[in-house]
Amino acid sequence: MARKTHVQTQINGDSVEFLCEARQSLLEVLRDELQLTGAKEGCNNGNCGACSVILDGRLVNSCLVLGVETGGKVVETVEGLAAPDRLHPIQDAFLENAALQCGICTPGFLMSAKALLDNNPNPTEPEVRYWLAGNLCRCTGYDKIVRAVLDAAAAM
Amino acid sequence: MPEKKEYKVIGTRPIRHDGVDKVTGRALYGADFHTAGLLHGRVLRSPHAHARILSIDTSRAEAYPGVKAIVTAKDLPDAADKVADLGEGAVHLKYLCDNILASDKALYKGHAIAAVAATNAHIAEEACALIDVAYEVLPPVLEVRQAMEPAAPLLHETLKTGSLGETAEEPSNVASHLQHKKGDIEAGFAEADVIIEREFVTGTVHQGYIEPHNATALYNPDGQLTVWCSTQGAFTVREQLTEILQYPISKIKVVPMEIGGGFGGKINVYVEPVAALLAKKTGKPVKVLMNRADVFEGTGPTPASFIRVKMGATKDGKLTAAQTHLAFEAGAYPGSPVGAGAMCIFAPYDIANVLIDGYDVVVNKPKSAPYRAPGATNAAFGSETVIDELAKELNIDALEFRIMNGAKEGVKRADGPVFPRIGFIESVEAAKQHPHYTSPNGKKHHGRGVASGFWFNIGLASSVSISVNPDGTINLVEGSTDIGGTRASIAMQAAEVLGIPAESVNPSVVDTNSVGYTAVTGGSRTTFATGYAAYEAAQDVKRQLIARAAKLWEVDEEDVQFADGEFSCINGKEAQLSFHDLSARLGETGGPVVGSAAVNPPGAGGAFATHIVDLEVDEDTGKVQILRYTATQDAGKAIHPSYVEGQIQGGVVQGIGWALNEEYIYNAEGTMTNASFLDYRIPTCLDLPMIDTVIVEVPNPGHPYGVRGVGEVPIVPPPAAIANAIYDAIGIRMTELPMSPDRMLKAMGKI
Amino acid sequence: MPHVAIPSLMRNLTAGREHVTVPGNTVREVIDNLEHRYPGVKARLCEEGRIKPGIAVYIDGILTTREGLRERLDADAEIHFLPAISGGIGE
Repeated sequence: MARKTHVQTQINGDSVEFLCEARQSLLEVLRDELQLTGAKEGCNNGNCGACSVILDGRLVNSCLVLGVETGGKVVETVEGLAAPDRLHPIQDAFLENAALQCGICTPGFLMSAKALLDNNPNPTEPEVRYWLAGNLCRCTGYDKIVRAVLDAAAAM
Repeated sequence: MPEKKEYKVIGTRPIRHDGVDKVTGRALYGADFHTAGLLHGRVLRSPHAHARILSIDTSRAEAYPGVKAIVTAKDLPDAADKVADLGEGAVHLKYLCDNILASDKALYKGHAIAAVAATNAHIAEEACALIDVAYEVLPPVLEVRQAMEPAAPLLHETLKTGSLGETAEEPSNVASHLQHKKGDIEAGFAEADVIIEREFVTGTVHQGYIEPHNATALYNPDGQLTVWCSTQGAFTVREQLTEILQYPISKIKVVPMEIGGGFGGKINVYVEPVAALLAKKTGKPVKVLMNRADVFEGTGPTPASFIRVKMGATKDGKLTAAQTHLAFEAGAYPGSPVGAGAMCIFAPYDIANVLIDGYDVVVNKPKSAPYRAPGATNAAFGSETVIDELAKELNIDALEFRIMNGAKEGVKRADGPVFPRIGFIESVEAAKQHPHYTSPNGKKHHGRGVASGFWFNIGLASSVSISVNPDGTINLVEGSTDIGGTRASIAMQAAEVLGIPAESVNPSVVDTNSVGYTAVTGGSRTTFATGYAAYEAAQDVKRQLIARAAKLWEVDEEDVQFADGEFSCINGKEAQLSFHDLSARLGETGGPVVGSAAVNPPGAGGAFATHIVDLEVDEDTGKVQILRYTATQDAGKAIHPSYVEGQIQGGVVQGIGWALNEEYIYNAEGTMTNASFLDYRIPTCLDLPMIDTVIVEVPNPGHPYGVRGVGEVPIVPPPAAIANAIYDAIGIRMTELPMSPDRMLKAMGKI
Repeated sequence: MPHVAIPSLMRNLTAGREHVTVPGNTVREVIDNLEHRYPGVKARLCEEGRIKPGIAVYIDGILTTREGLRERLDADAEIHFLPAISGGIGE
């Protein structure tokens, strides 16, 4: 058995401790150790964005971050996006715009869109397309996703 | 005939029922499944594209700490000479089994050879490296024309060409030859004033769903096998498992998890039987996940093809003859979509003389799987390019030319069937009148192209049951896995019947023990056929509720009328109850009401699309940039227009990727050199404009609300439309897909 | 009487005829009567008392199952024998 490291971090506002092997990615830790399966594995090499989370305010592919690197950091995942009694405006905009079909890429797009709007509350369409280019969607052709992010920006 | 009336629910845009789960990360996809004691499986794959397997020694891997079981093809039942009947088609069981775990030969790089179950996925992967396989490497055959050569290395020593029941003497890589003939092809070409003949080549492309294949299996000591997986059809997984494992169907339960895209690629099983074998051997639940390279190298691409198209027309613009030779790569085992391509290629047009020859050819690539209108996109790239060229030659507007020759109700297709009411002409008219088509187009290196497409759509079996809740809502149980919002489009059809809001329906997609047989979510059939079943089940509920109202009012059932969600008495007695109020009184009128229906509707109704694209060719880099895109399509009746638009937009963008970027790039040894999302480049949002859609509604006479399937046909026109626009921009006919920068530069003579 | 469209790849058995009208109340009877007139047809279409895998039977444009020999026919039914579509269903 590979040796495990104790890691203390903050996830979606909660202090979280876990044990992980040095080779385990943050994605693996979230999904397999903490049962936070909202972040998805589409490629495991940073090309599809389905595992996007926000780490200390910065958008990352969680498959490219090691679990042990997150000690003392702040992690935001799709599970922390909605308030207990209402969805986040980006989530509402995705539903109202029918911006998902199969939904596997949706958590990644939501986190990517949140990171964009946190830094640029009024993006133009080209800015949205540029920012979201790291997230692949095979179902929608992106049209309704781009509209949803623009709508969410207007609503926030 | 479809009801002609104003709808209350159909045509509106409610929030999809599974929406909140899917935007909060709570929806559970196959890989998200977890259960106590779970082991993790990993598949060892062939490093060679074509090799005889001499021996497999698993002893080093078995001794590795954490390894619980190893399986190879020896763990599968003997499949020799058996035919597996999968309901929708019969196949040789040996082919089916060998694609799960190779027995005698590895037929493509990535072919599954053995699998390990271990306490975690890393250990399973490490143990795979300790399995010693001795191969005799054979020369691979990687291209369809090469594979058809008499001297080509044979993939299967026993495969002989079948031609409608007749089998050739000598073995060959050509699995089958099909032919459709209508009229007199020679006479047709003799009548023509203009004849165009061209050859086309299309690359191997992948469906590219974002979620890799997955399966978790558990064998109980009583022999009950449960499989959780992401699939387009839980029942087809059950059928394939019962054949591959030679195990009783009643002992297998398949639980469909949420599915992260399929596009045809999640119909065939891959890791499901492997997980089952490992679960049986260990007595523990075993989860097997693919990684992205596994998906590219081990699962269904859609085939590369070589296509020759020859068409002739009179100077007045009447098509007189059309001939094609379609050679499709099936991959390692027979079964390319050449049959569907042959059905679709000339279907949009009324042509008196047609000759279609199709060839299904095995090559050393993964066994091909359906991909959105399988075969039709390859075929249309050829035919719609030649149509464009004929129109240009005859100096007739390309859309007008299509209208002049367009198929209508009563026209007989070359493969036999006669069209019922269809909306091809309407889809072309909608494009012709669209502001996109009438806008100016003339900048240097900018081009505009159009193309049309056809997909026949399928019906097949679906089952639905509906129970009525005391608060005026209903629970709707269905067997169609929801890939793109079909919980909503099915629920809405039941809601329309019962006069209740879409939000008053709770749809559930359930396992194979919990609903009647339902065929795959594919063939653009789900909103059509499962929607039809929901309609019929709701009619059943309605009939039962009318009986309850009659009981309450002490009148005959004939005296109760139901309209707009209200039951009323029509024999003079003043009585009225809403669906909501009556549902609260079921207890006092006889107990619960459950309606159900199982259907197999024959009238799927064909789908037609016409697309317009504007693009710019960068002369220096060869890059093609899409500037504007408009897609018109006959949807029959759009149940939820947002998701119809979404299907069209998604199909268009997959077609754009196929046209411009996507292809498997092989080296001489038959290894795919771009098996990642970095190097196999699907379109990103930065590559694209908004995709404008126009939904044309010519109701399908085969569905109570006029629904036609919409999912597949939008992928058919883009490659041809883009090729035609490139010709408009730079005067060069592109005949090979993808039209990537390197091919563009070569065509322009720059490299 | 039912009309049978003879597939182009089988017209070597029917002296090139594309359409044949033969009596029969079921697909089985039609094939038996075809065989009587054009020997060899049945062996191309059936094996072990069923329609061969790889062949699809359409009656009036509607696909039947491999048990299609039992299908009853209207007096003016039109029958097509076509290659079965494999890989023909997608998203």
